[in-house]
Amino acid sequence: MRIGVVTFPGSLDDHDAHRAVRVAGGEPVSLWHGDDSLRHVDAVVLPGGFSYGDYLRAGAIARFAPVMSALIPAAHGGLPVLGICNGFQILCESHLLPGAMIQNDHRTFICREQRLRVENATTAWTSDFATDDEITIVLKNQDGQYVADRHTLDELEGEGRVVFRYVVDGPQAHAAVKYDRFASRNPNGSYRDIAGVTNERGNVVGLMPHPEHAIEEGYGPSLDGLKFFTSVLKSVVNA
Amino acid sequence: MGIVVVDVMLKSEILDPQGQAVAGALPRLGFNQFTDVRQGKRFVLTVEGEVTDQVLAAAREAAETMLSNPVIEDVVSVRAESQAVMSQAAESQAAESQA
Repeated sequence: MRIGVVTFPGSLDDHDAHRAVRVAGGEPVSLWHGDDSLRHVDAVVLPGGFSYGDYLRAGAIARFAPVMSALIPAAHGGLPVLGICNGFQILCESHLLPGAMIQNDHRTFICREQRLRVENATTAWTSDFATDDEITIVLKNQDGQYVADRHTLDELEGEGRVVFRYVVDGPQAHAAVKYDRFASRNPNGSYRDIAGVTNERGNVVGLMPHPEHAIEEGYGPSLDGLKFFTSVLKSVVNA
Repeated sequence: MGIVVVDVMLKSEILDPQGQAVAGALPRLGFNQFTDVRQGKRFVLTVEGEVTDQVLAAAREAAETMLSNPVIEDVVSVRAESQAVMSQAAESQAAESQA
């Protein structure tokens, strides 16, 4: 199974994404932002970091990269695509996913181990999870606040397209709040605590936190990230 | 040389963290009268020759498709900037730097 990982000018986590694909049992394939070929891959990861300096808006220039002119129609045709962090921003700017990302409401960069609840375990990238699984992976972003109008949010919720939500313990977590200012609120102000969404078909998934940093013992908070990549390998086999 | 100016603002229902940061800092300089600040973006597009209706239409299209994201932003205005105003501004800037 060949899983492409796109490198944009400014990508940081493309190497970790490669590694995650390999550890999960797939063959990572380097894709370059300036090429308009997807090199016959079976799925694509848009990694985290930055792209084109994130000038204008995060992901706004990357959307017009040559590789995206091949990726967008392929995604509409059912190719599994995972956008992580900046990759999620690019998918939103490309209108492959609804909504947009703006600066964190608290205006500071955030880097932490983040609990998420899996709310849709039927997408190409989440089938190895069970609904309501709680996972812990790394979150690190400046522009991570997911926003959309009410109609779009209602539609996403109605169609089960919220894939991940930040786990917010609520005001009862007093002891935790003392040490963790994000225990009783979501970490970037995202509307309705949304951390990740999918398209209607379930082949395109975007999320702010980073599964590729949680795939090996001794690195990261868990091995929860690995299931993203094992899920897509199975979905490709079954397709 | 013609100039088109495009102004883009975050939609009013979208939180503006940058504007809030500015609003929070103003009182420290004694500006207590401003109850809210929203920060936007201005694009100055230059073309060779006059700003024709065609140029304005292209600028509007660029504003809607790339310069703004309709999910979070509104294109507030797309207008031709008169050459006179621009050169006046340049002159006064030059005069200031000489002074």
